[in-house]
Amino acid sequence: MTEAGEFAVATAGLTKRFKAQVAVNAIDLLVPRGSVYGFLGPNGSGKTTTIRMLLGLIRPTSGHHRLLGRAMPHNAGQVLPLVGSLVEGPAFHPYLTARANLQRLDSVDRHADPRTTKVRVDGALDRVGLLAAADKKYRAYSLGMRQRLAIAGTLLAPRELLVLDEPTNGLDPQGTREVRHLIGSLADDGATVLVSSHLLSEVEQVCTHIGVMHVGRLLTQGPIAEVRAVSEPRARVETDRPADAATVLRALGLTDVVVESGVVVGTLGALVPDKVVAALVHQGVPVTGFAVAQPSLEDLFVSLTGEGFNVSG
Amino acid sequence: MSAAELATSPAARPLRHVSTRFLRSELRLIFGRRRNQAGLGILAVVPLILAITVKVSTPRPGHGPDFLASITSNGLFVALASLSIELALFLPLAVGAIAGDSIAGEANIGTLRYLLAVPVHRTRLLAVKFAAITIFSLVATLWVSLVGVAAGLALFGGGDMTMLSGGQIGMGPAVLRVVMATVYLGLGFASLGAIGLFISTLTEQPIGATIAVVILNVMSFILDSIPQLSWLHEWLPTHWWMSFGDFFRDPVAWDGLTRGLLTAAGYALVFWLAAWARFSDKDVTG
Ligand SMILES: Nc1ncnc2c1ncn2[C@@H]1O[C@H](COP(=O)(O)OP(=O)(O)OP(=O)(O)O)[C@@H](O)[C@H]1O
Ligand SMILES: [Mg+2]
Repeated sequence: MTEAGEFAVATAGLTKRFKAQVAVNAIDLLVPRGSVYGFLGPNGSGKTTTIRMLLGLIRPTSGHHRLLGRAMPHNAGQVLPLVGSLVEGPAFHPYLTARANLQRLDSVDRHADPRTTKVRVDGALDRVGLLAAADKKYRAYSLGMRQRLAIAGTLLAPRELLVLDEPTNGLDPQGTREVRHLIGSLADDGATVLVSSHLLSEVEQVCTHIGVMHVGRLLTQGPIAEVRAVSEPRARVETDRPADAATVLRALGLTDVVVESGVVVGTLGALVPDKVVAALVHQGVPVTGFAVAQPSLEDLFVSLTGEGFNVSG
Repeated sequence: MSAAELATSPAARPLRHVSTRFLRSELRLIFGRRRNQAGLGILAVVPLILAITVKVSTPRPGHGPDFLASITSNGLFVALASLSIELALFLPLAVGAIAGDSIAGEANIGTLRYLLAVPVHRTRLLAVKFAAITIFSLVATLWVSLVGVAAGLALFGGGDMTMLSGGQIGMGPAVLRVVMATVYLGLGFASLGAIGLFISTLTEQPIGATIAVVILNVMSFILDSIPQLSWLHEWLPTHWWMSFGDFFRDPVAWDGLTRGLLTAAGYALVFWLAAWARFSDKDVTG
């Protein structure tokens, strides 16, 4: 395998400038083969724009990229048949049935065998739980059913890479869990999955790697454990004398000590947790609970991208 | 599906170099759509009304267009009279609706990005879309003729046909000439469809593209009727359409028809290339 072949997606300085703004700013996205890569970022951070560039739907202002080891968009004809994609929500012909819509997609694929269309279409519908509603007009589909149909569209052929832009958008909890399982089973089959989302809890459970976008920049990326390791563990002390506990923690050298009602939290740094408990007990501060926690991905996400609710740009 | 299978999947899914599946899918979309079926229904109304009204009214010789006056002598003229009525607006509108929808319609509902991601090469997409427009144009024109011939023969009967130039030909050759005249017009409308295809790459509003095609068609007819612009007339996309009557001279007056076919081919080529230039590296953000 060539060096470039290690990555299912590799971009170098990929940039997209729309008239007024830089939507994607010189990102070097690296998605290792076989990984499930969570592509995170708040609304308007440039996830969909990046995905559109990856698939050759829009032309990068500068930079280049490879999919499955081949330069794009030059090799789109060879690469894209191996890539299943979901971009910015489902889109189908409203007056056709779900089945007819998938048949339409299959009929434009020059790699598809018409003799197996029926089997593959029904198989894909079955896999997303839509077989019973296959002959309903797309117009009559609910939001979640539409989303499922779009996912079925990516499953019409065996894929080496799946690019899924917000695949759980509009799905009920059951559907969300099924999509998670689906991503897991696709990965088990050896496919690489790039999944964009702003719902961290979902990503956290299935992803091996994450990348975080913010205002068009890729702030961080890597194996999920590595990215998380950047953030230091925090000690959490439950006590009925929080002020005293805070004093002790600060004296020990914990940073970012925050006092909430009955709880004190501080960043441990290089300190061993045992020392903290021992010091508290030694100073006579009653400890009713103690825990050391890695910040959740959500905390990390917020610390990276800021807490502001306003959409960037 | 295992990892090993995935790795060999390109070989397992060989490329079909020649496939008509995409084109057939396009035609199913066009002819399966209610709106378009209704449109074809409306196109059929003209020959029916024409045949019936001529049948029930007392003929007044010497009035109306040539074809109209001849209807009672041979039912085939119902088809020709209908074509000459519908070529000004109805048929161009029908073709304009399909052409305007071709790219803008897919962009509007978002299916364009999924077609391109399959992948469908953009050049192939434009080629198949234009082929479908051309086929629709021929089918719609033949449909008007067919309804006209059927209604005409039912109400007025057939037989030898008196040419515009005076002579007579038998029923068989007459039908053949009706078919040739219809195909000639269908190709003319298809060249208007190429203009529509180009406009369709400029917008995400299919109705807007259709209206633009109809406006261009009407403009062309208006310019064609201004004597001071006679130098321009032969270059107008609609100018040679009325020449379809030349099929009913003895012998066929090929001069104008050849010019008409060349003009249609020229417009089709230029505007297909314009569509390609516009679309081949356009950002698809819809
Ligand atoms: N066609 C366009 N023209 C101009 N600006 C655009 C266009 N498409 C996207 N943008 C801008 O680029 C930025 C990134 O948009 P993008 O759709 O990539 O965000 P996103 O990360 O996918 O957001 P979300 O989570 O809401 O889907 C936004 O500020 C958006 O307004
Ligand atoms: Mg998005």
